[in-house]
Amino acid sequence: MDVLGDLFLDYTLRTVALGSAALGIVSGALGAFAVLRRQALLGDAMSHAALPGVALAFLVTGSRAPLVLMIGAAVTGWLAAVAIVSIVRASRVKTDTAMALMLSVFFGGGLVVLTFIQRQPSAGKAGLDKFLFGQAAAMLEIDVITMASVGALGLLGVLVLWKEFKLLSFDPDYAATLGMPTRRLDVLLTSLLVIAIVVGLKTVGVVLMSAMVVAPGAAARQWTNHLGVMVTLAALFGAAAGVLGALLSTTAETSTGPTIVLVATGLVVVSLLVAPARGLVWARLRAWRSHRLLALEAVLADLAALAAQHSTDATRPHDVAALHAVRGRAIVERALSELAADGLAQRHDSGGWSLTPRGLAEADRLARLRRGPGEVS
Amino acid sequence: MRLRTGNALAVQATDLTLAYQQRPVLWDVDLEVPRGVLMAIVGPNGAGKTTLLRAVLGLLRPAAGEVLVFGRPYVEQRGLIAYVPQRGSVDWDFPTTALDIVTMGTYGGLGWVKRPGASERSRATDALAQVGMQNYADRQISQLSGGQQQRVFLARALVQDAQVYLMDEPFQGVDATTERAIVDLLRALRADGKTVVAVHHDLQTVAEYFDQVTLLNVRRIAAGPVERVFTEENLRLTYGGRVAGIGGQTNGADAAVFP
Repeated sequence: MDVLGDLFLDYTLRTVALGSAALGIVSGALGAFAVLRRQALLGDAMSHAALPGVALAFLVTGSRAPLVLMIGAAVTGWLAAVAIVSIVRASRVKTDTAMALMLSVFFGGGLVVLTFIQRQPSAGKAGLDKFLFGQAAAMLEIDVITMASVGALGLLGVLVLWKEFKLLSFDPDYAATLGMPTRRLDVLLTSLLVIAIVVGLKTVGVVLMSAMVVAPGAAARQWTNHLGVMVTLAALFGAAAGVLGALLSTTAETSTGPTIVLVATGLVVVSLLVAPARGLVWARLRAWRSHRLLALEAVLADLAALAAQHSTDATRPHDVAALHAVRGRAIVERALSELAADGLAQRHDSGGWSLTPRGLAEADRLARLRRGPGEVS
Repeated sequence: MRLRTGNALAVQATDLTLAYQQRPVLWDVDLEVPRGVLMAIVGPNGAGKTTLLRAVLGLLRPAAGEVLVFGRPYVEQRGLIAYVPQRGSVDWDFPTTALDIVTMGTYGGLGWVKRPGASERSRATDALAQVGMQNYADRQISQLSGGQQQRVFLARALVQDAQVYLMDEPFQGVDATTERAIVDLLRALRADGKTVVAVHHDLQTVAEYFDQVTLLNVRRIAAGPVERVFTEENLRLTYGGRVAGIGGQTNGADAAVFP
């Protein structure tokens, strides 16, 4: 089946792709701020806490209109955030405990209401359980329109208050001394994060939505040292993970949320490994290179020391068995062959090694360099 | 914003009292900073030095006391004060450059929504040059040394073009170059008629760097000109008899504080 071709022809696939792109952009961009402000776990607590909001909104209104359910989700998600902050402020309970507490209380409450709804005989109940793990295939045009409009609101907020949110994320105390209302800005930015979460709930599900908030931001941070680029990249990564995951899950008939999250996590893993400057692979490579260079220098210095013991003939061959014992055979042999390739050392017919005149000069130069300036010998 | 300096003290905090849970951190503390001086706030760990600065800045709400800046309440005079927080109070892995951090010092004057433009960036560039960091403008902040980060924070405060600079441990863990640069900067500020209040840890340099000192240990022990107040007797009162060999203007090499 040609998914790409169908993307432009098939109405369902196009709807799914558009909706997932919208949710990915919003959760990626706002999630980048959550990552920088260390609010990843708060995002998790809020997304779980959105479940009772969805269920209660349906119970009260009897409507399954996406906007109604989103508002319900936002209200309880936001209440959970307020509860967490209040508990920490008013008691000696620490933040992580308060978050775990509120996450389980709200999520548990949500499940209770959900099972209550499931037992009702009414016909409209169907589909609410999809909010647990998400389902992209059920996405309708009205869902996409709602997601895009609500999400645009969130993005607009970030654009308008860009410098305020930047300073709030980097140094809130300093922001306060400039006269910024940091408490209100904090509430506002957290509310925008709630928006990012509720936009994706129906597609990704409450259980895994926080991954869509955190993963794109975490991946984007690896590639850039500029906040604007990071937020843009996070939005793109979010969109890519959303579209790819949703299409995969639709064609392979797997759960949408988990599939999207796997794709997003894949982006994080790749970014952690190969992003320039920050990638683990490059860090390892740099460490390995400098290690090898140091070994090379050490063997060069050793040979120079051996030569110095026989001042009559500096290029007389020496048995390197002693070096093997000190530095390890493999390291010494590799260093020797590299030195030989560079024309700094030579192997004699006897099997012994010595430095070439160039090698002696290089050893001398390095010895001076290592002693540092200011010292006269 | 109309800000007045008048003839009053640069900073006058009266009867500041602040407690965490049951434990008092500041008890009935007065802080009187004449204009145009360099004042050190000195005291042992946990004496409330940082708390005092933060209370003056309105970052903490004291249980009692008021803060006047040039004779008027702090909230009206905020634009006259620039804050240099402890370097360790922020995450230096934040994705931005040294110049961008310094530009943040212009945000207060910009107002809502407006973005910093060419003139803000050029002011920030000048401030970076004032602390000798002009060659590091585009450097990612995590790639700066501790001393360079400290100078970036100082430049950010300079951009505000304030009258009073409140600095929390500006000399903490900096290299010799930075220490020299900060001292020069403090003197330049004083020559410009500005006022500086700095939390300071190194007792041996108090007399050399500062004109005034406030000795603090939950209560204010003593305050005034260094040559009169920075005595062995007062230090013993402040540190609870754990100070040896520091007195008056002596720069004794054997001076030591035993924690």
